[in-house]
Amino acid sequence: MNIDSIVNGVVIDHISAGKAMKLYELLGLEKLDCSVAIIKNVHSNRMGKKDIIKIDADVPVDFDLIGYVDPDCTINIIKNEKLIEKKTISLPEELHNVIFCKNPRCITSVERGLEHVFKLTDKKNKIYRCIYCETKAEQVL
Amino acid sequence: MRHLIDILDLSKEEIDELCETATDIINDPDKYNEVCKHKILATLFFEPSTRTRLSFESAMLSLGGEVLGFSEAQSSSAAKGESVADTVRTVSCYSDIIAMRHPKEGAPFVASRVAEVPIINAGDGGHNHPTQTLTDLLTIHREKGRFDDLTIGVCGDLKFGRTVHSLIAAMSRYKNIKFVLISPDELKLPSYVKKDIMQKNGMEYYETRDLLEKMGELDILYMTRVQRERFFNEEDYLRLKDSYILTLDKLETAKKDLTIMHPLPRVNEIATEVDTDPRARYFAQVRNGRYIRMALILKLLKEAENEH
Ligand SMILES: [Zn+2]
Repeated sequence: MNIDSIVNGVVIDHISAGKAMKLYELLGLEKLDCSVAIIKNVHSNRMGKKDIIKIDADVPVDFDLIGYVDPDCTINIIKNEKLIEKKTISLPEELHNVIFCKNPRCITSVERGLEHVFKLTDKKNKIYRCIYCETKAEQVL
Repeated sequence: MRHLIDILDLSKEEIDELCETATDIINDPDKYNEVCKHKILATLFFEPSTRTRLSFESAMLSLGGEVLGFSEAQSSSAAKGESVADTVRTVSCYSDIIAMRHPKEGAPFVASRVAEVPIINAGDGGHNHPTQTLTDLLTIHREKGRFDDLTIGVCGDLKFGRTVHSLIAAMSRYKNIKFVLISPDELKLPSYVKKDIMQKNGMEYYETRDLLEKMGELDILYMTRVQRERFFNEEDYLRLKDSYILTLDKLETAKKDLTIMHPLPRVNEIATEVDTDPRARYFAQVRNGRYIRMALILKLLKEAENEH
């Protein structure tokens, strides 16, 4: 694939330098059949250095997860080689099955079919807590 | 549907209202002895706690209602691997209100999301136990007649003692509350409680290892158990346990109207000689536990009825 041009797909831009691999893993992009490009340490006037991920197919991506890992990225949706939507994202208020509670005393450790839900309780310090046991989520990065 | 999962689910006004209902029940119990006729309380105890279960059952029976339930996971469908959600959906069909105790944190919250009747958290692991805190609050209300302007000593295991953490959270909403935190270094109040609750709400606190240091300033002394298993070695336990035993000697400098509280059961942290001192209010506290649960059951049933 030509990493400059995508016909139909998603470009995750302005990723803080160094976070692209982690995002790639968490989004499960290795499971995709289409080509995916990770471009690291791209020069950026705004950020100095940034990472970019280009996905060469119109696949759904989890905006909440991206927002959780790096709330400063932008997401470009490309259709017929044209940018049809530019999304800026922010820290999501709630995360559903994005991160998982590691507290062994939490009900999520035994209850079948229970969604793991975390709520943003401290925006400034990016702290999420399990809605069941209130345990703080470990920082992903 | 209204539930009680965390003490802070209740506003200050609602806590006042519950304390007033409980006081009215104490003054005129006959007025209430049929108000829950034909209503059923289910006590779902996935781990045993005879004391708490009896308190709930006594409360419901005193309101003229009926009780059913189980007292340990082995005798319930949970032993066959049924989820909390399914158990509660089922029991919702057999009862009008549920009191639930579970070893896992957040289990009553899971229950509240699927239940068709009010859920009362009767303790979820080391997490929440709001009816214990309500019991403590009613005791303070009855003994002091106020929730503001109090100096409260909490003594013993402040690290793992959830009743202490909840009491601090509940008191953080009132004016001019000062806490004296009395514990060995090993069992000090966790810093997140100090930071997230006390400092955030501008509460004053003082930490000491010495039970006697601030005794003369206390309006309330809340004793808790220092458990052997919390210590890394036997030597530390033996060295420290006696410094946190309340005896009549140690009360010499205490105020005449001090209120001594304890969530019970006690082991040896309050000498039995203190029991007859008029300042010892821990058995009154147990009685208050029944009355505040009566008030709570009444309130939640009434709100559920108004919804239909
Ligand atoms: Zn949890």
